[in-house]
Amino acid sequence: MRNEQTIIHTAAPQKAFKGVARPVLASAVFFMLVTGIGYPLATTGVASLLFPDQAKGTLIVKDGKAVGSHHIGQYFSRPEYFHGRPSVTPGTDPNDPSKTVDQPYNAALSAASNQGAISKKLLDAVAQRAKAYRDENGLAADASVPVDAVTASASGLDPDISVANARLQAARVAGARGLTAEKVMQLLDQNTTGRQFGVLSDPRINVLELNLALDAAVPARPAAQ
Amino acid sequence: MAQDILQFVLILAIMTGLAVVLGKWMTHVFISPAHNFIERGTYRILGIDPGEKMSWKRYGIVLVLSNAAMLLLGYFILRIQGFLPGDTLARAAQTPDLAFNTAVSFTTNTNWQAYSGEASLSNFSQMAAITFLMSISATTGVAAAGGFIRGLSRKTTADIGNYWVDFTRVLYRVLLPLCFVMALIYVWQGIPQTLNADAIVTTLEGARQQLILGPVASLEAIKHIGTNGGGFYGMNAAHPFENPTPLTNTLHILGMLLIPSALTYTFGAMVLRQRQGWAFFGAFLVMFIGFLVLVYSAEHAGNPLLASMGVDQAQTALQAGGNMEGKELRFGIAQTSMFVTTTTAATTGSVDAMHSSLTPLGGFVTIAQMMLNNVFGGDGVGLINLVTYAILTVFLVGMMIGRTPEFLGKKVEAREMKYVMIAVIAHPLSILGFTALACLLPATVNSLANMGPHGFSEVLYAYTSGTANNGSAFAGFNANTPFFNTTIGFAMLVGRYFTLLPMLAVAGVMATKKTVPEGPGTLSTATPLFTGLLVFIALVVGGLTFLPALALGPIVEQLLMLSGTTF
Repeated sequence: MRNEQTIIHTAAPQKAFKGVARPVLASAVFFMLVTGIGYPLATTGVASLLFPDQAKGTLIVKDGKAVGSHHIGQYFSRPEYFHGRPSVTPGTDPNDPSKTVDQPYNAALSAASNQGAISKKLLDAVAQRAKAYRDENGLAADASVPVDAVTASASGLDPDISVANARLQAARVAGARGLTAEKVMQLLDQNTTGRQFGVLSDPRINVLELNLALDAAVPARPAAQ
Repeated sequence: MAQDILQFVLILAIMTGLAVVLGKWMTHVFISPAHNFIERGTYRILGIDPGEKMSWKRYGIVLVLSNAAMLLLGYFILRIQGFLPGDTLARAAQTPDLAFNTAVSFTTNTNWQAYSGEASLSNFSQMAAITFLMSISATTGVAAAGGFIRGLSRKTTADIGNYWVDFTRVLYRVLLPLCFVMALIYVWQGIPQTLNADAIVTTLEGARQQLILGPVASLEAIKHIGTNGGGFYGMNAAHPFENPTPLTNTLHILGMLLIPSALTYTFGAMVLRQRQGWAFFGAFLVMFIGFLVLVYSAEHAGNPLLASMGVDQAQTALQAGGNMEGKELRFGIAQTSMFVTTTTAATTGSVDAMHSSLTPLGGFVTIAQMMLNNVFGGDGVGLINLVTYAILTVFLVGMMIGRTPEFLGKKVEAREMKYVMIAVIAHPLSILGFTALACLLPATVNSLANMGPHGFSEVLYAYTSGTANNGSAFAGFNANTPFFNTTIGFAMLVGRYFTLLPMLAVAGVMATKKTVPEGPGTLSTATPLFTGLLVFIALVVGGLTFLPALALGPIVEQLLMLSGTTF
């Protein structure tokens, strides 16, 4: 046993580096071509044959124009549309390219607040959003508001809101569109996504799809152009 | 609540089933004598003799040098991005310190990102630098685990296998086929896979929205199955294009757990002690479930400071509730908690929620798991880390009962204990040393997004994440400065190679030993008792080392939150 160990030790240093240069260099280039070029291109090729729409971002086309992606949230501020979750994505200031301004749902630069639970900034922002939400939807000053309506999402592009959040907005939207509350609630139910396979995650509502359904029922005012 | 628990049980049950299937397959990959024709062609192109038997030193040198060459190539590709045609968005190349940080990060399986993907990288760089380095770092980890287990399973030999053969087989027979299939499922669910850089849409309210596209699905697949973690987009797997549905979230979780859990089975099969594999699997699972319960209960309860403002965080039929700042609605609390626990356990570093906005207790779990670094752990290295602690456990128990410690029928002696201790000490030394250094510098405050204990947690998180090769962040922290890019880069190198190489040495030394017959005084390492001891040692050694730092960060923050103090 001892002897074998000694042999190993004296033999190792001379042999350890022998002939490694070529495989080391060649493998870097070769495996880059296999994993960095071959694999993504093969996936792109097969995916564009099997799932051409999804591969290009699941775009929603209306009257020949792309109006959004099913998966990416949009900024809605008008009363006749349901509103998504708060988003803190920044954008470039159109007046001064060196500065950034708030640009909610900027899909070119996803962002979150990253504020911790005891951050004053977070608590101030939530208080402000809660007040705005209550004013907008005609709720009492001490009415409780759904948490997803007053907290910023992780991506800033969250396409969904909770059913509780949508129901509180229904009266406002119905009023702004001249629709009955029943009709809006019916659209809400039709556009509620259940748990995937009946198991995964929680029921939710895709805001863009819901607003498209509203537009189909009663076209929005001309300003939507 | 019942729905949430059902999802946890379901995911863990599927993971266990897959661990057996893939564990068997990887055993075959590591011990089969036959090379297929694609592999033989590869060996010929690279000038490799697949029959060469490597000592641990040779194996380790080839591993480090080939990683170094790949790192340099990745760095080079990132630096020439500005000169390459084809990017319609004309994104500039990264600066030298940032490109160094990125190349080290992706080579060491850390995937820390001091940049925002959609703004900084062209589609070519996302493929040729990022997807490439993600693939080879995961392959390196799994290959090293193969060599490591082989060393432990052999007796009286100097040879722990052939690195090139392990690397090539893991890539061709495990990672690439799995990733290809997974990527197609991802596209089906809505993850883009295209060479177009963007699409412009006009929103319903008339605004212009630019959607960044690219080869996202192929990157996501290797990112999770390879326990890598860096995102195509800045907000990582929280971005709807990286993680559009609850199914993709579930597949991300299963992908991250797949190889670390399967390797416990492979370990048992290769050392011909199947119960040993299950004992390790049990240790992983016990710690994982404990941490999952902590995260889930903390996030489910929500933020008490919001409750006092009339914010409804209760779980009802109409909303998932909980602490939703920095979370995505389609995952809710259950799927998010499972993801948070998995990504810091398996040291992936992919995030589907912002860890900085977790409750303090939730944030505590993320840091603690990376400090332990052996709750499943990254591809290959997680198992190696657990075996490190297993050897430490037999050693400590042996000391207590006054017997020569044995592991897998071989005596554990002074030399291998020294290697084990290098691996055990390098990890906290890097985390705590660099954190202390950064805290001494006045400029560090400028990088913080939060003040008070959360600010300290941001720095601690950064070096823990770098050293543990995790890559996630308390992301408000601005780490893109020359100081942080460089020191976090070194933390990643220390964390990767100063734990991997000493343990390859242990495997090499163990391979030369004779087996000794088990006697009545032998401590069996394949029993629930040993699993309990192992978890205890991992928690005590990990906990005692890091407890003071954790007390200054998330623990005091939790107490401040409960008392209503804000910063």
